[in-house]
Amino acid sequence: MSFTKNVFIEKLKNNRQIVIPSAMLIVNFIFRIWMISFCGIMVIHIPLTAATHTVCADCTLKNLHEALDYAKPCDTILVQKGIYHGEVLEIRKSITFIGQDHPILDGQEKNELISVKTNDVNIIGFQLINAPFSSSREMAGINVYNASNINISNNQLRNTCFGIYLANVTHCTVQNNSLHSVSDIELNAGNGIHAWKCDHLNIASNEVSGHRDGIYFEFVTKSLITDNQSYENLRYGLHFMFSHEDEYRNNRFENNGAGVAVMYTKKVTMLNNQFIHNWGDSAYGLLLKDISDSHIENNIFDQNTIGIQMEGSSRIVITNNTFTFNGWAVQLQASCDNNNFLSNNFNGNTFDIATNGTLVLNTINGNYWDKYEGYDLDKDGIGDVPYRPTSLYAMLVSEMPFTIMLWRSFVVYLLDRMEKVIPSITPESLIDAEPLMKKVKHDPRITTP
Amino acid sequence: MGKIIKYVLYDILQNKIIIAYTLFLLVVSVSMLSLETDTNKGTLSLLNIILIVLPLVSIVFATIHFYNSYEFIELLIAQPLQRSKILLSQYFGVTIALLTAFGIGVGMPLVLLSFTEASSMLILSGALLTVVFTSLAFWASVITNDKAKGIGISLLLWFYFSLIYDGLVLLLLFSFSDYPLEKAVMVFTALNPVDMGRIMILLKLDISALMGYTGALYKQFFGSGYGTIISTGVMLVWAIVPIAFAVRIFNRKDL
Amino acid sequence: MIHVSQLHKTFGNLKVLNDINIGFEQGQIVAVIGPNGSGKTTFIKCLLGMVMPDEGQITFNGKTIKNDWNYRSLIGYMPQIGRYPDNMKVGQLFEMMKDIRKSAEDNVQTDEDLLEAFDMKSIYHKPMRTLSGGTRQKVSACLAFLFNPPVLILDEPTTGLDPLSAELLKLKIAREKESNKLVLITSHILSDLDELVTNVMYIFEGDVFFYKTLEELKRETGEEKLGKAIANIIRQGHKKLKD
Repeated sequence: MSFTKNVFIEKLKNNRQIVIPSAMLIVNFIFRIWMISFCGIMVIHIPLTAATHTVCADCTLKNLHEALDYAKPCDTILVQKGIYHGEVLEIRKSITFIGQDHPILDGQEKNELISVKTNDVNIIGFQLINAPFSSSREMAGINVYNASNINISNNQLRNTCFGIYLANVTHCTVQNNSLHSVSDIELNAGNGIHAWKCDHLNIASNEVSGHRDGIYFEFVTKSLITDNQSYENLRYGLHFMFSHEDEYRNNRFENNGAGVAVMYTKKVTMLNNQFIHNWGDSAYGLLLKDISDSHIENNIFDQNTIGIQMEGSSRIVITNNTFTFNGWAVQLQASCDNNNFLSNNFNGNTFDIATNGTLVLNTINGNYWDKYEGYDLDKDGIGDVPYRPTSLYAMLVSEMPFTIMLWRSFVVYLLDRMEKVIPSITPESLIDAEPLMKKVKHDPRITTP
Repeated sequence: MGKIIKYVLYDILQNKIIIAYTLFLLVVSVSMLSLETDTNKGTLSLLNIILIVLPLVSIVFATIHFYNSYEFIELLIAQPLQRSKILLSQYFGVTIALLTAFGIGVGMPLVLLSFTEASSMLILSGALLTVVFTSLAFWASVITNDKAKGIGISLLLWFYFSLIYDGLVLLLLFSFSDYPLEKAVMVFTALNPVDMGRIMILLKLDISALMGYTGALYKQFFGSGYGTIISTGVMLVWAIVPIAFAVRIFNRKDL
Repeated sequence: MIHVSQLHKTFGNLKVLNDINIGFEQGQIVAVIGPNGSGKTTFIKCLLGMVMPDEGQITFNGKTIKNDWNYRSLIGYMPQIGRYPDNMKVGQLFEMMKDIRKSAEDNVQTDEDLLEAFDMKSIYHKPMRTLSGGTRQKVSACLAFLFNPPVLILDEPTTGLDPLSAELLKLKIAREKESNKLVLITSHILSDLDELVTNVMYIFEGDVFFYKTLEELKRETGEEKLGKAIANIIRQGHKKLKD
């Protein structure tokens, strides 16, 4: 049953993509209903059969493998404090594993630790350490393949190549785990929480650091990512592609190699997240590439090389966000259209908005800009003269990167001044007609259901 | 030579301009560094002073000093002294005076208030700019006997290096933007001491991350430990060449 | 002691020195005279290495002065208009010159006759810029004689000096003559020089119009006074030129 991502992609390529997966989905669906009803009947009607087994060094059951062999579906295995070695724990029964005081499962840099291959499995309260790097397949602390109703909570993963690896999984909760690894180069590092072709995931309150990507989503839909902290990962704090209708809330992405990348996706909601200090040669707070019909609200972008880099994105509402002390607050490529920047605060950024063309099909209105030098005679809180959030030089640098040679030179200062007075090159339509005189008050706790 | 430098320095200290200059730098640096909470920001605002004021004061001061010392030079020429030594003593005297002013006015506050890698680079490149523009001033001074003309040439040189050159480069980059100019830009930078000094400082600041691929090239070329030596070397060439020309001209000059 | 051959110098289009050939020996006091703009000062500056000749050679004790600077330690120079650093005090000026000279020569015997004669010590505290033209001339004179050099070049030495000081200076020059030195004096006030001069060099339009000893001059013209003798010879010479 163990198929890797590569094999599946091969299949996708070879087969007719629509027919086969939908057939598989139906089979999967029937199977799942059967499993749920089976376990439910067991729990409700035959409670006596759901036994609890204890594992410890002095117990009859000395290790998890023995316990797993002994247990019946829907049993609970209670693991006491200790260090457990051995082969990969392959779970093919619906079992609840509970660790007391975080018993340690040590892969000793030889094998993966837990591989879940059936539905209704809970793994709670373990410490999983030392899953090795392998160039042939992805070795993880916890692998889940083709399953649903999985709960992975309160675990500590240390030095695992991949942390939690979900493939073809639905209705899974990953909560309160902490995943820390020390990777040096991107090539032999794995992702913290890696999800591929899943739906209805709930990734909440996890802490991820030192992996390649903190949280990685590919073909994951209708999922919720909340209250996670992802920091100091080599590449992205959060990386997701082809993952529609997901929602991200209250997460904090800090100090990642390249920030957060969101690509090829529709209907994403990002609320109350913090993108902080993703600083480096090509780092972004948030990279939006081919994103559409999405909502970005009440986020904080602070000290990123580029706050938001937008490419080929459309119909995104960007509102009530705060951009502070970024190199570029927003890089709005000409390939973006119908995006709406409303009520955002721009403060202390080196460049506010840069674009690479003369055509701007986006709306920028009613934002606060600290560089605004206009006045408000009628005292309605809206500046009487429009604000141009891009400077001539910001445009130049976007189009001809080598003009960075003249950065902060006197001639550039003069040019920008002149352009402010008599605009000639900066796009006419890149303009905030109603700039605010005062900062928008953002409530950091606004949560929309 | 040391003796003449001593008298040159003595003469410079007699007029109060150098002291005013020191105080000006001191006030500006202290206020900028204490107003900005972020030390890097303070360094960045000082950068503009360094790039505009320092070359201007250096070149004008040195030129005026040269013409004011004409009598002294004449007096020395009739003595058993080598001409090149007389001119170099003047040069070193002015340079030492300006460097001291810079050291007290900018270097000291930076070291005391915000000593970082960037601020030490600011000190280095400011010092080099002083040396370079004093050198240019001497070159401008020996090519003409007319004080007004000499100051005019000096101001033009300053104007050229601070503004015109960059404008020309911008035009050039604009016209040839279809070509990969990243490498050419390195050369353009080296051909203007002000640009060189600016890049040296910017590379040491956090914001260098905004410089992209060109910035990476810069870093590789002028930024690393070895690169700092290269960029310092380029600046020293800018200092040595004009004063060498000045000595050559001065050696054949009729007084 | 000093030999000049085929000396040429032009400033722009103006030919200032045109093929000068001349030699000076120790014990001579040479009056370098000529009309204004004839090239006297330029000639002297060439000797001092302050003006670079276009062509020709100047040797000092047999050695060419080109690219040499050490020979200047044998010359005391008094410029036509002495210009000094404004802020420097008189005393400091003398100290500095001694200081600088010391670095060039090992043991300098200073000759402070004139310093005393002009009572320089009383103005040691005054900055140079406050001095009158005449006082500056005195300072220049003192500096020229200070290091007891074997050659003295004095450019218009008595201009601006009060009669008493001029007399003192002349006395000093007379004494130098006795100690077998070479003195070159340019002056346009001819009578001043009468008693001192041994040779007369007359420069006219950049060329040596004549170079004669005082005796020759007097004999040829039959005049007793130097001034009249020269005036005579010039008149004849100019007539010849016209013809």
